[in-house]
Amino acid sequence: MPKQPSILTTWGEEKALNALKKMLLIRAFEEKAEELYALGKVHGTMHLSIGQEASAVGASMALKPGDYLLNHHRGHGHCLAWGGDVDKMMAEFLGKETGYCRGRGGSMHIADVEANNLGANGIVGGGVPIAVGVGLSIKLRKTEQVVIVMFGDGAANEGAFHESLNMASIWDLPVIYYCENNQYAMSMPVKRAMNIERISQRACAYGIPGVTVDGNDLFSVYEAVKEAAERARAGDGPTLVESLTYRWRGHSKSDRQAYRTREEVKEWQKKDPIKRYAKRLGLSDKTLAELDQEAKNRIEQAVAFAEASPEPDVNTILEGVYA
Amino acid sequence: MRELTYAEAIREALRQSMSADPTVFMIGEDIGVYGGAFGVSAGLLAEFGEERIIDTPISEAGIAGACIGAALTGMRPVGEIQFMDFVTLSMEQLVLQAAKIRFMFGGKAKVPMVLRMPGGSGTGAAAQHSESLENWFVHVPGLKVVMPSTPYDAKGLLRAAIYDDNPVIFVEHKLLYKTKGPVPEEPYMVPLGQSKVVREGRDVTIVATSIMVLRAMQAAEILAKEGVEVEIIDPRTLKPLDMTPIIESVKKTGRALVVHEAVKMGGFGGEVVSLIVESEAFDYLEAPVRRLAGLDAPIPYNRTLEYHTVPQVENIVEEARSLAEGRF
Repeated sequence: MPKQPSILTTWGEEKALNALKKMLLIRAFEEKAEELYALGKVHGTMHLSIGQEASAVGASMALKPGDYLLNHHRGHGHCLAWGGDVDKMMAEFLGKETGYCRGRGGSMHIADVEANNLGANGIVGGGVPIAVGVGLSIKLRKTEQVVIVMFGDGAANEGAFHESLNMASIWDLPVIYYCENNQYAMSMPVKRAMNIERISQRACAYGIPGVTVDGNDLFSVYEAVKEAAERARAGDGPTLVESLTYRWRGHSKSDRQAYRTREEVKEWQKKDPIKRYAKRLGLSDKTLAELDQEAKNRIEQAVAFAEASPEPDVNTILEGVYA
Repeated sequence: MRELTYAEAIREALRQSMSADPTVFMIGEDIGVYGGAFGVSAGLLAEFGEERIIDTPISEAGIAGACIGAALTGMRPVGEIQFMDFVTLSMEQLVLQAAKIRFMFGGKAKVPMVLRMPGGSGTGAAAQHSESLENWFVHVPGLKVVMPSTPYDAKGLLRAAIYDDNPVIFVEHKLLYKTKGPVPEEPYMVPLGQSKVVREGRDVTIVATSIMVLRAMQAAEILAKEGVEVEIIDPRTLKPLDMTPIIESVKKTGRALVVHEAVKMGGFGGEVVSLIVESEAFDYLEAPVRRLAGLDAPIPYNRTLEYHTVPQVENIVEEARSLAEGRF
């Protein structure tokens, strides 16, 4: 059996460790988000991606500065993986003026337009048709960019998914359709919602490649998205990448999780993407704990920043409705 | 001045905008070789090529999404929805995405797109190809709604819509496409949000939209012979709505009638009437403010039934006359 190449060798220590730090930061952000919610400090709901960190970080790492991101409302991880600023994220989460969206968007609608992060969408699949336009724009402007649109298994059953993949395919647009299959659309299991084994099988209906990867293995995710990006940049059109993963928490805060068993959740927790990756890096438990503490400290700073930030002024409600 | 049809005026606005600005492009169903279902884009494919006159599959959500994504990333797309009825298939993208993106993102993004669509009845196209749904969009913060009635306004308003940094719903009327009027050759804009007094008169104010402006003008000619002088105001842009000339007019006439083709219940007329009675014009009213609008029914196929489902010239004459004579 050939020996698996070390990521440290392939990527170098800095890049390999950065990936781990990003995942730890996402985990810490979301655990803190949960805590703040429990303390009654959060006005709205939230959708946590704990357990899906490798899927977010591996995909983002495979892309270049200048590329575009569209994602959906389990999106804290995507934004942080894209390089999002923790302070602005936390401030947005707490509805503050200093947040990414001046407190108008909240957890479900965080965007970092300057970084070409075109925002998280609260409508399942709502960003999927928009990806066609971004791809079209890239093609018309003749740049080397690509757009990745991240969505869940639920979005793959929306009608707009069909329109979007078909259009991107016929025009060879540089779009990466990145489906995070976390097994449930709220309470609906994938196996009850579609009569095929893999969502990536749907790619054949559009004449584009479809691949399924282990979404809890950062390196596999990275490789699959990198290949899709290369194909897109070469003008060969879109790819459907299915990332198999699992959300450890409920759909949102109202979820009592009656549709799945504790055992099932525990089985998936054994596949913790962070521990897996740390093991692959050959890190000691002590080093991992230190890095984890570093991430948690950073999140505490973000909370302090957000809590000290001003509330939006009521007289500014109408700002931003029109340009 | 040179005369163009309404369709030609729209085409000229598109051509001039695309020639001057490489970020402007068109996307829609059958807009290329076919030239659009109503011929508006005829010839543009030969001039601008497939890259900028983009024929799409039958995918109305996809067309709207394509416009939004392109607009977010530096382009000024002009989408075409073949019949306004089909925009129902784009509603999520328009209402929940295009209209809200800028606001949700704290004013840090913009969506400069236009979605053109022909509405209205009178072609025997029956219930699913004759809708007038403009007020749905008037109800959505973040959208602008434009509804020209003349070739001159169609060209100028479309150019203004293309260069506006917001999503604009541009409602054309099928029966207007062949109507003619003076249109300057040079590129010009008619600013969004300016109502226009299209006929002056002292007795009754008529606020009319789209094809109803033409019918109101015909009605005014008939009434003039009877000694009733009608003032007609075309809002041209339903959102943002410029009420100033309307309020001023009602203060002068004391009598107001709002006419549109869309169904009366929940229609744009209700908004205009409310704004009149909420304004200082209320003190000047000599009669109840009236509305003349489509029946609360789908558009029937039969020619006679279709005709009687929406306001016609004679209905406007009768309604305005009764207001002027104090019969209400």
